[in-house]
Amino acid sequence: MSKIMVCVKRVVDYNVRVRVKPDASGVVTDGVKMSINPFDEIALEEALRIRERGAASEVLAVSIGPADTQQQLRTALAMGADRAILVQNDAPVEPLTAARAFLKLIERENPSIVILGKQAIDDDNNQTGQMVAALWNRPQATFASKVELDGNLARVTREVDAGLETLEVELPAVITSDLRLNEPRYVKLPDIMKAKKKPLDTVTLADLGVAPTTDVKVLRTDPPPQRQKGVIVKTVEELLEALRKKGLVS
Amino acid sequence: MSRVLIVGEHANGKLNPSTAKCVTCASKIPGAQVTVALFGADTATVAGEAAKLSGVATVLRVDNAANSPALAAVLAPQIAALAAEYTHVFGPSTTFGKDLMPRVAALLGVTQISDIMAVEAPNRFRRPVYAGNAILTVECASARPVVATVRTASFEASAGGGSARVETRSLDVPLPRHTRFVALSSADGGRPDLQTARIVVSGGRALASAENFKLLYAIADKLGAAVGASRAAVDAGYAANDMQVGQTGKIIAPELYIAVGISGAIQHLTGIKDARTIVAINKDSEAPIFEIADYGLVGDLFSVLPELEKLLG
Repeated sequence: MSKIMVCVKRVVDYNVRVRVKPDASGVVTDGVKMSINPFDEIALEEALRIRERGAASEVLAVSIGPADTQQQLRTALAMGADRAILVQNDAPVEPLTAARAFLKLIERENPSIVILGKQAIDDDNNQTGQMVAALWNRPQATFASKVELDGNLARVTREVDAGLETLEVELPAVITSDLRLNEPRYVKLPDIMKAKKKPLDTVTLADLGVAPTTDVKVLRTDPPPQRQKGVIVKTVEELLEALRKKGLVS
Repeated sequence: MSRVLIVGEHANGKLNPSTAKCVTCASKIPGAQVTVALFGADTATVAGEAAKLSGVATVLRVDNAANSPALAAVLAPQIAALAAEYTHVFGPSTTFGKDLMPRVAALLGVTQISDIMAVEAPNRFRRPVYAGNAILTVECASARPVVATVRTASFEASAGGGSARVETRSLDVPLPRHTRFVALSSADGGRPDLQTARIVVSGGRALASAENFKLLYAIADKLGAAVGASRAAVDAGYAANDMQVGQTGKIIAPELYIAVGISGAIQHLTGIKDARTIVAINKDSEAPIFEIADYGLVGDLFSVLPELEKLLG
């Protein structure tokens, strides 16, 4: 029976209103609620559903981040993952480093599917899944809104600009999840208790033989330019008159 | 000198407008020599189109039956093979480019710069993070090629009038056969394309049904506008996924954006920040959409829309 590896990232919770530090050195993360990247949570839910359908025997959750990332992996275990591995690294890593670390774990674990979110909502990079697939020399099905398994094939419906594209990929393969793939389950209290007993191993990049890349240096972080607040019009006529005056509507 | 390779996007014999925007981005690099590479079964027609883009020096046609329809796993090793001749490899931040370019970057052993919104130097760029709530200035440290996607809403399309040299290139690269295209289904209603339309009318959850979206279509047809939707409206099944505007949908920059019944979640606002003029119609005067709208109208969309349609004649 096959194994599914899910990659999750610890990010600033999506409900937090992110603020840029006044000295342009980054965004405020001290004392801010951290969570599993929502897209990765969807990826985990999909893996759990595949296992519950009997099409996989084990769901392995992996992450790379500081020691506190154990909290997010415990959440993944509480959702239903069987075990977890943290690649502990205090400094943030570039997508290529994350992909190289995940590849090492893939080589140890031999999953038939690697599934992760299409992007993390902190750096919005949208790279890691594609990079894992490239380094692994295996198929990628990104932005998935539906996954159907049939023997050693996966038929994946992808959300693309032109509509919905369906690809057929041979397993093993990398799948990245889009928003409408599923709705993740809520974690129940007994599951949180049970998750404390599930195995969570920690390794380092050095253990895996991966040297972190430093291709991209962040020079500064600024708030976005603000739009000027506009005017409130009272009637549809007034709105149309304003738009016609600007030549936007004939 | 900078030599920029742009991976052109095209479908059904037409160049995607994102390519012309990538050309403008590349032209911001001082002295850049720009090449557009086109991968397909027969790229003669689109190569002719790309050759006319002002600022393009060379168009490379890489024709191969395996390149159509485009699959990232098939295109990436070919682009990586071409990359040795270039300092930069750019693709658009469309689903085509987002899928493809990180695979190219990994094959070249570099991290990608995602969503370039401004060029400050050949190796220094600005890009949005946290759904546009922060803007990073980043510098590529390595001497290896800069692989990047271009946030198309940040750049105007390059004008026509160019006359680039068109070359054909055959690449001797082993191509994988593990990925097969099955189908593409589009909800194209014959309206202008969301990403290039001059006017976009978008609906949110307040439309309350797919049926009620017809009110928007009626107005869009009078304005020659494209129709978009918020994530909430797409999730609720009122509109197709390819209509979604926002952080994880389409990032657009029309002349006029009319948001109807959209409260204005930050993830939606990030998709429309570059619109020239934003109009918000919402019955909740406290809705965050009014914070960024140039013109706000507080009212019930079910009375405003029919009136607007009537007044547009």
